[in-house]
Amino acid sequence: MTATGIGAPVRRKEDQRFVTGQGRYVDDFNRPGQAHAYFLRSPHAHAAIRSIDTGPATIMPGVIAIFTGDDLATDKIGGLICGWMIHSKDGSPMKAGPHPALAQGKVRYVGDHVAVVIAETLAQAKDAAEAIVVDYDVLPAVVDTAQATKASVQVHDVSPDNTVFNWHLGNKDETEAAFARAKHVTKIDLVNNRLVPNPIEPRAAVGEYDFGTDNYTLYTTSQNPHVARLVLSAFIGVAPEHKLRVIAPDVGGGFGSKIFIYAEETVCVWAAKKVKRPVKWTSDRSEAFLSDAHGRDHVTHAEMATDENGKIIALRVHTTANLGAYLSTFSSSVPTYLYAPLLSGQYDIPAIYCEVDGVYTNTAPVDAYRGAGRPEATFVVERLVEKTARELGQNPAEFRRKNYITQFPHVTPVIMTYDTGDYAASLDKALEIADYKNFEQRKQESVRRGKLRGIGFSSYIEACGIAPSQAVGSLGAGVGLWESAEVRVNPTGSVEVLTGSHSHGQGHETTFAQLVSDRLGISIDQVSIVHGDTDKVQFGMGTYGSRSGAVGMSAIAKAIDKVIAKGKKVAAHVLEASEGDIEFKDGRFGVAGTDRSMAFGEIALQAYIAHKFSGQDLEPGLKEGAFYDPTNFTFPAGVHICEVEIDPDTGVTKIERWTAVDDFGVIINPMIVEGQVHGGIAQGVGQALLEGAFYDESGQLITASFNDYCMPRAIDLPSFQVGMTVTPCPSNPLGIKGCGEAGAIAAPPAVINAITDALGHEDIAMPATPQAVWRAAQKSRMPMAAE
Amino acid sequence: MTTVSLTVNGQSVTADVDPRTLLVQFLRENLRLTGTHVGCDTSQCGACVVHLNGQAVKSCTTLAVQANASVVTTIEGISQGGDLHPMQAAFREHHGLQCGYCTPGMIMSAIDIVNRKGNAVDEQTIRAELEGNLCRCTGYHNIVKAVAAGAQAMAQAPLQQAAE
Repeated sequence: MTATGIGAPVRRKEDQRFVTGQGRYVDDFNRPGQAHAYFLRSPHAHAAIRSIDTGPATIMPGVIAIFTGDDLATDKIGGLICGWMIHSKDGSPMKAGPHPALAQGKVRYVGDHVAVVIAETLAQAKDAAEAIVVDYDVLPAVVDTAQATKASVQVHDVSPDNTVFNWHLGNKDETEAAFARAKHVTKIDLVNNRLVPNPIEPRAAVGEYDFGTDNYTLYTTSQNPHVARLVLSAFIGVAPEHKLRVIAPDVGGGFGSKIFIYAEETVCVWAAKKVKRPVKWTSDRSEAFLSDAHGRDHVTHAEMATDENGKIIALRVHTTANLGAYLSTFSSSVPTYLYAPLLSGQYDIPAIYCEVDGVYTNTAPVDAYRGAGRPEATFVVERLVEKTARELGQNPAEFRRKNYITQFPHVTPVIMTYDTGDYAASLDKALEIADYKNFEQRKQESVRRGKLRGIGFSSYIEACGIAPSQAVGSLGAGVGLWESAEVRVNPTGSVEVLTGSHSHGQGHETTFAQLVSDRLGISIDQVSIVHGDTDKVQFGMGTYGSRSGAVGMSAIAKAIDKVIAKGKKVAAHVLEASEGDIEFKDGRFGVAGTDRSMAFGEIALQAYIAHKFSGQDLEPGLKEGAFYDPTNFTFPAGVHICEVEIDPDTGVTKIERWTAVDDFGVIINPMIVEGQVHGGIAQGVGQALLEGAFYDESGQLITASFNDYCMPRAIDLPSFQVGMTVTPCPSNPLGIKGCGEAGAIAAPPAVINAITDALGHEDIAMPATPQAVWRAAQKSRMPMAAE
Repeated sequence: MTTVSLTVNGQSVTADVDPRTLLVQFLRENLRLTGTHVGCDTSQCGACVVHLNGQAVKSCTTLAVQANASVVTTIEGISQGGDLHPMQAAFREHHGLQCGYCTPGMIMSAIDIVNRKGNAVDEQTIRAELEGNLCRCTGYHNIVKAVAAGAQAMAQAPLQQAAE
């Protein structure tokens, strides 16, 4: 390992600009002549629009234009799309209702887009929006996930009972047969609470149109600018793909919520041409709560069957997944193919059957949020496993160990082929770091102080490195999920890597440079990473699903291999040797068995001056590209252990210890990987203890600000003990599995398993707020009171 | 319009502003000091923290006119020449940031914490004192480490502290 190569905790290159306030986020861009957009949003969860009178608003100071859905329709601007087709059990396609960028005749959730005001200043646009008169015919709303199909309210004409799909996966008959012969069946009912992603940078967009060239530019807070361009051009029809440049500069966190193509950026690009001015929109936090795609929101009943030896023999799951008022960009894939295939967890379960009913409600669209489907699956599996162990009177760690998959590759009943892993190794290491053997002693100490102490396990697995294009195509994806890279070597030997991945906190400018440094033997200071601009990078699928290491860097590695191969041809000419005798090692091209060699930079220069070979023999230059399509998903896995102490008098849960042992395969930068783990755990703890998006029965979001939606703060969290085990991933050239979502996937069941352990009963839902825990603790006390 | 005159990062600034202009708008839009960020509209997230007469304030909840005749320091104003402020250097060294959006506010709050609580500030105090700053990326683990290290380093760099 070199100081800046693979495995080194290199300090981040991007931090110089971030710690000095020189980062460039979308809202930092101000274009000459720029006007400001403000969206008038529906105050009702469900209403027919009888009329919109923009007249009084149009004449207010600074107003340039006001547009409604009719204007988009007149210009034949299409609706927003969902790019993953799910088929129901009966073979019918999912029922996708229309999703206009500005409402046409009806609004379906609080925050739905009714009109846009373009004005000289944002304040003027807001003032004018208040003067628009909308005559609503307010309709009853449906908000409750479990009741959606029984409601008399119909969100979309296309779906009379609000069902989007009735989907299933696994083998029903084998599962039923296993349950019939089971010694023990454990049942559980779970709600996976709705969350708001809340990256600290709100979404923003600046649209611009050049009348001289007919070119459009969109600056946007995107995790995948090329996908945004493709959708805006091919499906929504705002501009031709080759005429639309999408720039996603520094982006302040995404967590999934910036994957999707939303109404606001669509309108900004379109409106820029209409008003002949650049148009800027920046979400405020209140708008973000209302209109960013939310996450999770499942209601599940699940059952686990075990035999007389305590082996799990079957799992059956029924989930109702709330998809909100419209199908967001990838929403249909989240509770289906990103969910049920993970229901085998780390366990050898011979039979699994899962049914998922996707439903519409009058709430914000729900789509991928950090983990996307996999946290929901892990919550089901790990809560059930824990409860089963308790019911069988077995130690939860040892019950897990007994049921771990130990032979690889392992084909699960839910279409996944796990390639490698060593789950017991992670468990052993976690038990040691968590000082599990002394837990009982700590518990007794807590009891002496009148406190409750519990310990909870989470043996999670996720499917990352998303994804083999052919496989996802067969499952309904509208796109391939490969990644691209181009490695441009300059005549001076410095290197620019153009990648289709996008960094919004992950530190790609550092880790990707480490790969180049490692492979080419040059300093990371000689490497620039270029991303987030469709005019620079030809195409790419972007960053989500912990894919940038496993897929994005594999594409870079593939391009580097081509650069080295070309470099050998150049070196053969320059060093006057046969190509087969050229070796590349430690940054030098040399002739095997001799002391003749040249540095990488020298060969780069020779490739460009092209004096030592004829253009007929060899093309000048040193630049290679690659597309990498993975052969399988990757399967990061690990064990998290949460230890809590509860004050039964206040209901406050304090996390006393957090142990995370993860197997991410090969790690490029352990400092960055540990940071990803910390952040993921915090979001998972947030879900378990603090966060929840709640609508009242009329469809008003009652947790629509940071005053009402409890984000984790520093005081809510402990320092984390993070350990690693490594089984290199055999499915990609770098052995990487991915680390971005692990903490958010692992954490919620670890917390709830710890709390239920402390309480001595299972009756607690997320978020386990002090009030909820206090109530649950009183229930624990009642038998004692009776004694 | 109202005239405001103040000192920002050592420079005298005078401008006519709409009386409802927030200090953060004035910094970002009039002065193009875009290092100070806006992450919420309820004074909760702390991405907008700057120093007003040496004390941390949320510039989203301060009117520009309230800063009249005051000294304002933003994230752009704390490094000396080419050298990072010790707190900036500590955030970099300890990986106290990921997306970078909350970072300017975090660093400005952290310096204020050290000014009030001293260079030996402990983990629990740091966690409690960061209650006005939200980060969604780091889980705070490395921010807390960075603030503790930055606090120590500030003791060794008294000149820089004085300059601020």
